[in-house]
Amino acid sequence: MNWRRISLIAVPYLWLAALFLVPFLIVFKISLSDIALSIPPYTPTLDLSEGWSGLRNMISQLDFENFEFLADDDLYWKSYLSSLQIALISTFFCLLVGFPIAYGMANAPQEWQPTLMLLVILPFWTSFLIRVYSLIGLLSNEGMINQFLMWLGLINEPLTILNTNYAVYIGIVYTYCPFMILPIYATLIKLDGSLLEAAEDLGCSRTEAFWRITVPLSKAGIIAGCFLVFIPALGEFVIPSLLGGSDTLMIGKVLFEEFFSNRDWPVASAVAVILLLILIIPIVMYQRNEQRRIEAEQ
Amino acid sequence: MPENVFAPWNDPAEKPLIQFKNVTKRFGDFTAVDDLSIDIYEKEFFALLGPSGCGKTTMMRMLAGFEKPTSGTILLDGKDISPIPPNKRSVNMMFQSYALFPHLTVYDNIAFGLKRSDMPKDQIDDRVQKMLKLVQIEKFAKRKPEQISGGQRQRVALARALAKAPKLLLLDEPLSALDKKLRQDTQFELMDIQEKTGTTFVIVTHDQEEAMTVASRVAVMNFGKLIQVDTPTQIYEAPNSTYVADFIGDVNIITGHAVGVNQTETIGSNDTETVSITWAEGQQPIIATTAQPTLTGKVSFVIRPEKLNITAERPSDASNAFQGKVLDIAYLGNLSTYHVEMPDGQIIKAQATNARRRANRAFTWEDEVWLSWTDTAGVVIAE
Amino acid sequence: MRRFTWFNATSLTLGFAFLYIPMIIVIIYSFNDSRLVTVWGGFSTRWYGELLQNEAFLDAAWVTLQVAVLSSLIATVLGTMGAYVLVRGGRFFGRTLFSGMMYAPLVMPEVITGLSLLLLFISIGLDRGLITIVLAHATFAMCYVSVVVSSRLVSFDRSIEEAALDLGCTPFDAFRSVTLPIIAPAVISGWLLALTLSLDDLVIASFVAGPSATTLPIKVFSSVRLGVSPEINALSTILIGLVTIGTITASISTKRAVLRRKREEQMAEQMT
Repeated sequence: MNWRRISLIAVPYLWLAALFLVPFLIVFKISLSDIALSIPPYTPTLDLSEGWSGLRNMISQLDFENFEFLADDDLYWKSYLSSLQIALISTFFCLLVGFPIAYGMANAPQEWQPTLMLLVILPFWTSFLIRVYSLIGLLSNEGMINQFLMWLGLINEPLTILNTNYAVYIGIVYTYCPFMILPIYATLIKLDGSLLEAAEDLGCSRTEAFWRITVPLSKAGIIAGCFLVFIPALGEFVIPSLLGGSDTLMIGKVLFEEFFSNRDWPVASAVAVILLLILIIPIVMYQRNEQRRIEAEQ
Repeated sequence: MPENVFAPWNDPAEKPLIQFKNVTKRFGDFTAVDDLSIDIYEKEFFALLGPSGCGKTTMMRMLAGFEKPTSGTILLDGKDISPIPPNKRSVNMMFQSYALFPHLTVYDNIAFGLKRSDMPKDQIDDRVQKMLKLVQIEKFAKRKPEQISGGQRQRVALARALAKAPKLLLLDEPLSALDKKLRQDTQFELMDIQEKTGTTFVIVTHDQEEAMTVASRVAVMNFGKLIQVDTPTQIYEAPNSTYVADFIGDVNIITGHAVGVNQTETIGSNDTETVSITWAEGQQPIIATTAQPTLTGKVSFVIRPEKLNITAERPSDASNAFQGKVLDIAYLGNLSTYHVEMPDGQIIKAQATNARRRANRAFTWEDEVWLSWTDTAGVVIAE
Repeated sequence: MRRFTWFNATSLTLGFAFLYIPMIIVIIYSFNDSRLVTVWGGFSTRWYGELLQNEAFLDAAWVTLQVAVLSSLIATVLGTMGAYVLVRGGRFFGRTLFSGMMYAPLVMPEVITGLSLLLLFISIGLDRGLITIVLAHATFAMCYVSVVVSSRLVSFDRSIEEAALDLGCTPFDAFRSVTLPIIAPAVISGWLLALTLSLDDLVIASFVAGPSATTLPIKVFSSVRLGVSPEINALSTILIGLVTIGTITASISTKRAVLRRKREEQMAEQMT
């Protein structure tokens, strides 16, 4: 151990401790505090001048009231459940859209691969906000889709898509699709083509070979893709607030409004703590899946 | 032993360059090197030979300074080197992957170590040119490692490691990435360079042929211990254990019971004793000589296939002759190996050179043949 | 052999149509002369002109650019250090906590990251503004940089660093003269990623930005809430154009480098 090694470790370590760990502990502490008409708008605050007794004094005033409040008010229950529902349904449709694209890419001729890859990555680097914005013009009552359908004569009056949950589904599928495509493509491209030939040689039809060989062997990629869509979709804020309606309940949006509109910091913090608790399960599952995937590759 | 032969390990006045003294290295529960002591002398070409995981690479990495012994000491020139970090040791290493710096040219790769030594700037160029010449890659000095072939990369790695004129050069499986033909050519070149520079070389390899070709002495290792340290000839002709005999080359191992015949002879300075080994029911015992006095009890008789004669008739003068049936013939071009089944079911391999082209081979499958050998052809090893 | 079927071709066509049509429409309508965003009123570049006159947008763009450059540089340095510590640092006290903190921000919802940082800045009395956005962006971007850099560190031959030590480098010297040049491409892509993330971020910036510093995404968001506008179409087109040029240039230059290397390797093989 010399000073160079110590500082190499200490600088990023302390940075993360100060700007990631400590803020999170503050959120946790405030979630146990009470709302107050002061600046900052919560009580108790830690009075460092009192030392240990100040800390003990503060801890004694903390309680789970905010969590009880969340449990009592069905707005919060409903928004957690509806967030889960929206994230699940969107993930499912994302898989439905993403898998055929990844499969098509993997089967495409060798010389197309870099271009196809580029086409998937390009939206990934493009501003998220702009991509969500581009859907507004498309989905609105006077938007392209309605104009097109009316021109075809399929409908007589515009469908209301924007400001409903349908628009939120479409928004999540549209923006998170590359996250689904890339891991599935990565597993499909590694799939040994002779396995399918062997399956056909042993009597499988092409469709059967697809379901019995291709799909099981791309499972790790499918699972990774699903988590990569599901986890961020659950806490999504931009999509429900731009595409969703006033009745679209998503927890990210509720948290934002609780904090900025109602200025109820303790409740907003409690909402954040519970969102994180809900997220821990899929995050741990995702990490396990990744570990297995890495081990399988070695 | 004649005076002009290079054998410092037999000279008690010679001081070793490297001394391992009871060195043990553990990684968690795994003991990579187990209480190992060895002396390596200046100008030696010393080979550490063994299967993967036998501890040979760990020994090399301890010499380079990338690992520290758990216990015991390693002396270089009589000084304990364990507190010295790798960058302060006058030991250089040629890595298995060559570890050439991909962003530097061949020239800069070779100059890399010199620029970090106290060598004056104007001498660096001379030294690099000399090294480029030594390994014959002057033409590629300005290229990057990815712009030259595998064989050329191997030369750059060697030149880079030799540039600082280290007291000791470590070579970690230096030729394993080359194809067989190139590897054989390079082995001789490596010996040539070692002789020219007079540097002590320690090579790690799992390829017994390579070890036998290049080394002045070979250390056969297994499970972190030295099994035998000796010249290639001794390792091959006088293995001290069935493990060494089996690891190096092709061999027949026959187990049996030895009884002394009390017939002591003096050949040169060594006393030898004749033993008779009973090895199969209904067979004559094997007569063999051994340097180990009063060797009795359970033994292994070890004999190389090329030391056996294979004939149609029983030879009259052989100490050992047994009849069997040809079971298999492996034609290898320069020689053929016959697998001969003895009446008790044991299979003994015998080799015969194919001296004549397209001659009708003397034996074919199912032929009854006689295998014979002299009493000094094999080695008796106590179990 | 893999077979490219009609099904594959159709799903690729439809899939990429889905991904690209919305953006193409935005680009087309940015050249629409009419203020009405659904009616085509002829070709014009007037919205680009108006965008360049819009002081509020220009100010926000300038703030965003400053934040992005500063935060991405900090994130690149810290992320590279963190990756090196994780991959090559060996064992040290609290390593598990450290790797947890390195990865957690990748999966943390932005609303939580934003909320927690805001609460921190308030409790230590740091005024919200450019500095707080830079700190916030550097923190979450460093984790992305670390992922990119550590995957390069894991894949490169450890013995190259050992060779440098063997030839007389101190560990620091070995990092500077051997490791850093080799991982440089990964460090640069990590930096580009950090830059893009910072340019893009809306949620975290909404929390930690004060009234004194508004970033472009915050400005765009508040204007988009009111609906589609031709100025935003023009702005989007500029941003999409920049990203497209950047990505295509990068991919062409890597493709060229790969081809060149292949050619040179072949030549070298032939010479022996």
